[in-house]
Amino acid sequence: MLLSLIILLPFIGVLLPVIFHRYGRSACAWATAIPPFAGLLLLLSQASRVFAGEVQVVRWNWIPELGLELAFRLDGLSFLFCLLILAIGLLVILYGRYYLAETDPMGKFFGLLLLFMGAMLGVVTASNLLLLVLFWELTSLSSFLLISYWNGRSDARRGARMALTVTGAGGLAMLAGVLILGHVVGSFDLDVVLASGDLIREHAWYPVILVLILLGIFTKSAQFPFHFWLPHAMSAPTPVSSYLHSATMVKAGVFLLARLYPALSGTELWFILVSMVGLITMTLGAVTALFKHDLKGLLAYSTISHLGLVTLLFGLDTRLAVVAALFHIMNHATFKASLFMAVGIVDHETGTRDMRVLSGLGKYMPMTAMLGLIAAGAMAGVPLLNGFLSTEMFLGEAVAQQVLGGWSWVIPVVAVLAKVFSVAYSIRFIHSVFYGPEPTELPKPPHEAPFFMRAPILILVGLCLLVGIAPGLIIGPLLAAAAETTLAGPIPYYSLAIWHGWNLPLLMSILAMVLGTMAYLNFHRLLGLWERLPAINAMDAFEDFVHDVVIVRARQFTGLLENGSLQHYLSLLILGTVVVAATGLWGLESIRGDVPLSPIDPPSVAIALIMMVTAVYSAIWHHERIAALMFLSVVGLGMALVFARFSAPDLALTQLSVEIVTIVLLMLILFLLPPKSPNDSTYGHLVRDGIVATSAGTGVGVLAYAVLTRPQETISDYFIQNSVSGGGGTNVVNVILVDFRGFDTFGEITVMAIAAIGIFGLLDGMRLFDPKKDPNIKWASDKYPLLLLILNMPVLPLALMVAVYIFLRGHNMPGGGFIAGLIVAIALILQYLANGLRWSNNRMQWDYHPLVGAGVLLAGLTGLGSWFFGAPFLTSAFDYFTIPLLGEVELATAMLFDIGVFLAVVGATLLILANLGKLRSLDTSAEENR
Amino acid sequence: MELLFSVLIAILTGTGIYLLLRARTFPVVMGVALISYAVNLFLLAMGRLRTGQPAIIGTGESYTDPLPQALVLTAIVIGFAMTAFVTVLALRARGELGNDHVDGFEERGREQERQQSASEEKPAEPGDDTQEPRP
Repeated sequence: MLLSLIILLPFIGVLLPVIFHRYGRSACAWATAIPPFAGLLLLLSQASRVFAGEVQVVRWNWIPELGLELAFRLDGLSFLFCLLILAIGLLVILYGRYYLAETDPMGKFFGLLLLFMGAMLGVVTASNLLLLVLFWELTSLSSFLLISYWNGRSDARRGARMALTVTGAGGLAMLAGVLILGHVVGSFDLDVVLASGDLIREHAWYPVILVLILLGIFTKSAQFPFHFWLPHAMSAPTPVSSYLHSATMVKAGVFLLARLYPALSGTELWFILVSMVGLITMTLGAVTALFKHDLKGLLAYSTISHLGLVTLLFGLDTRLAVVAALFHIMNHATFKASLFMAVGIVDHETGTRDMRVLSGLGKYMPMTAMLGLIAAGAMAGVPLLNGFLSTEMFLGEAVAQQVLGGWSWVIPVVAVLAKVFSVAYSIRFIHSVFYGPEPTELPKPPHEAPFFMRAPILILVGLCLLVGIAPGLIIGPLLAAAAETTLAGPIPYYSLAIWHGWNLPLLMSILAMVLGTMAYLNFHRLLGLWERLPAINAMDAFEDFVHDVVIVRARQFTGLLENGSLQHYLSLLILGTVVVAATGLWGLESIRGDVPLSPIDPPSVAIALIMMVTAVYSAIWHHERIAALMFLSVVGLGMALVFARFSAPDLALTQLSVEIVTIVLLMLILFLLPPKSPNDSTYGHLVRDGIVATSAGTGVGVLAYAVLTRPQETISDYFIQNSVSGGGGTNVVNVILVDFRGFDTFGEITVMAIAAIGIFGLLDGMRLFDPKKDPNIKWASDKYPLLLLILNMPVLPLALMVAVYIFLRGHNMPGGGFIAGLIVAIALILQYLANGLRWSNNRMQWDYHPLVGAGVLLAGLTGLGSWFFGAPFLTSAFDYFTIPLLGEVELATAMLFDIGVFLAVVGATLLILANLGKLRSLDTSAEENR
Repeated sequence: MELLFSVLIAILTGTGIYLLLRARTFPVVMGVALISYAVNLFLLAMGRLRTGQPAIIGTGESYTDPLPQALVLTAIVIGFAMTAFVTVLALRARGELGNDHVDGFEERGREQERQQSASEEKPAEPGDDTQEPRP
């Protein structure tokens, strides 16, 4: 419980700096320090139990189906890392308070820092491998945000992107490795995994697991060949470099080496891979570091080199090497964090980090110079400092190992070489910055930093000294506890004494010191050699790679699919649907079901044939648009007959009236569009479209036939049984529309109203082509045909009467609001068509918007009305009344609803057509003459 | 009868999709209309093909399934609203873009043919008073 609090505190605390930054920078820093400080106290209170070898585990189920649980453990190893994370975190917060400029958003910085801290604590304490991967990714993400903290700078953004790409890709590889590992072991629980070392090592998948997990580790810990992201992550603010990119996050990789040591190590593959990568990284980093002119660049490559050293130690086949690795992790964190902070001070107070410009600063900042000197001494491995002890252990193990068989002598030789360079760049770091002639080209006059900015360095350097002088006292129990966890067994004998007598490692150290000093004295000669090597900018190379491989390929692929042609998309979409549906139909034993076919009669065949032929004609003749439209209208009228034939009188009526309105609409549109389609299609297009259309048509036909010949299971019995008793009407279709499913109908008339208003909006201010100017079109000389004029006059009252009849009987017989509305709309449109717009507008001076609104409103209010009687929305009530002259009449609230439908349909239809018709009034001279 | 009905649906769908894949807006609208016919027939088919059994209580012993019919009825009306909207959108697109190609621009390499084509039109000049709808 206590343990989960340590991890939770930073996450909860993320809000603190965000809230407190408005109260000033110190308040913000103090508030930020609360969670890690409390966490540190909690952690230290557990020290005695951890040192006694106790492993505390807390767990809650999270997603048990995936084997993911919230499980945390506190053992020697996680205690060591928690201590590093929390203690250095506190120092970095203090340092960051003085490092950040007043214009930098401090709340964001500290918030992200706490987020990272929580994620990192999660990595080191997770007791479930999936949970560990989760926190691992979270550290990558928060690292990305912290590197790009100054997101106005392009190098910060590019560096952050590269770091995220490399570590993120490694994280994915690691996730794959962990998943396979969990599959092999049967659990993601760390206890089980660590106890199954033999099972894992003997499994056929072991090489795959190892390589995938090592990919994650090597990318995170910046190991060759993935080391290139770390120097570019140095565009982060220095507190971030100090905390994430030297002390903690890059240690996550080597932490995992330690964590999984009992499960994965002990094979030839492990020794070769880990030690070789470590050896190359260590040497490459040390050599490159010497020739970097940027202080942070030097430290970045030095960090890479030291991480390589730790990796190499984990790859040696002696148990003592692991102890040395853990020891060096601690030492490196202390001296490298303090060195970064010192660089931050130099940068902050002089405005540059270029060692070719910096010089003689010891006079201006004596305190910083002294602290830097001690920390650099630890980095170089000078006696009486902590770096010396772990380096000695390392050299001792390098001599003792037998990893490479007959070639094992290579490792100590290369180790000494790396150490020579390490000594040389340490000397260069100190000498070129703090000693030498008076600086002349500094951007700012140098001066000493405020005390509190130096305080964190002071504490860390003090630790370097204390550990260096009295190692057993300060660090003995901690190291022992961590080593015991990592080795999962008794720890080998080792001595933390300063003096071991004259032995081989000491002689190697002395040799390296001498050679290193000589190398620095000949620095310019070496630099000349170095500059003759071809320079590779990792950033450019990486971005070129990403650009060529990822972006260009992706663009090519996208271009292949998404070529900007709607026809292309549609044909792919339809073909895809056909394929999906066909796979489903494939499972059928036979297309034809058991239900016997019904007999065919000649009229039905005739109608169907006419519809088929006209449909095909409308497709073939689509270039002649008016002709095609005529064919289409025949199909539509045929639809009405089909509905009438198959017991759907309501549908027949609706189809008939909608068909008329649709054709009028399309005629109006056609007036304003070209009367012919140009021939756009190539032969290939025609073949493609023919195939698509045929396959889709066949598919739908087969599906329909398969359904039609199989028995039906209906859910409509309820409607048929309750239509009269519950809805008060015998026309079940109408009762469903206005009563049972009234809410759907309400939605539908709303959609219609919206479409009408949308069309009104689209028509507003439309740029038009004037078809009358087209010399190719011959217009009829008779604008207002006499026959239409005469016939039209009696049609209006007749049509209105029919509409009322259809409306009233709709509840019991075919009819209803929809159909009645369409009939009224057709009658009114006929007036427009026969008499012209001006004549009609003078006689019908009303707007159609209120009609649409009134219809929807009435339907809605009818629905709401049922609430007053305590019934749900749109519950209908009905009763029978005796009215003089008319006799007994049924009145239902559903009828009110139907009136709403009626009004909405009339209004929407006329709103659409009348407004389109108004566009036609381009030439009104003929009307004026009338 | 079922076979005939299925063939009808198949042909309506096929011709509708063929028109849907044309390059000009008007055939596409007609294609959509044909497809909605096919869909409506298909929906009706879900209630099976019954002769002389309308779902009106009291007119017979058994009734056809009213639910697909109610669905189709709303589909017909909504289909009209949708067709209207799409056509006006096509009209507007022609006004704004100067052509009625579905992609909004004429394909390259076909200008020659089009210039020869008799149906080539020119947009009305902006500011032409005949363009404004009269009150």
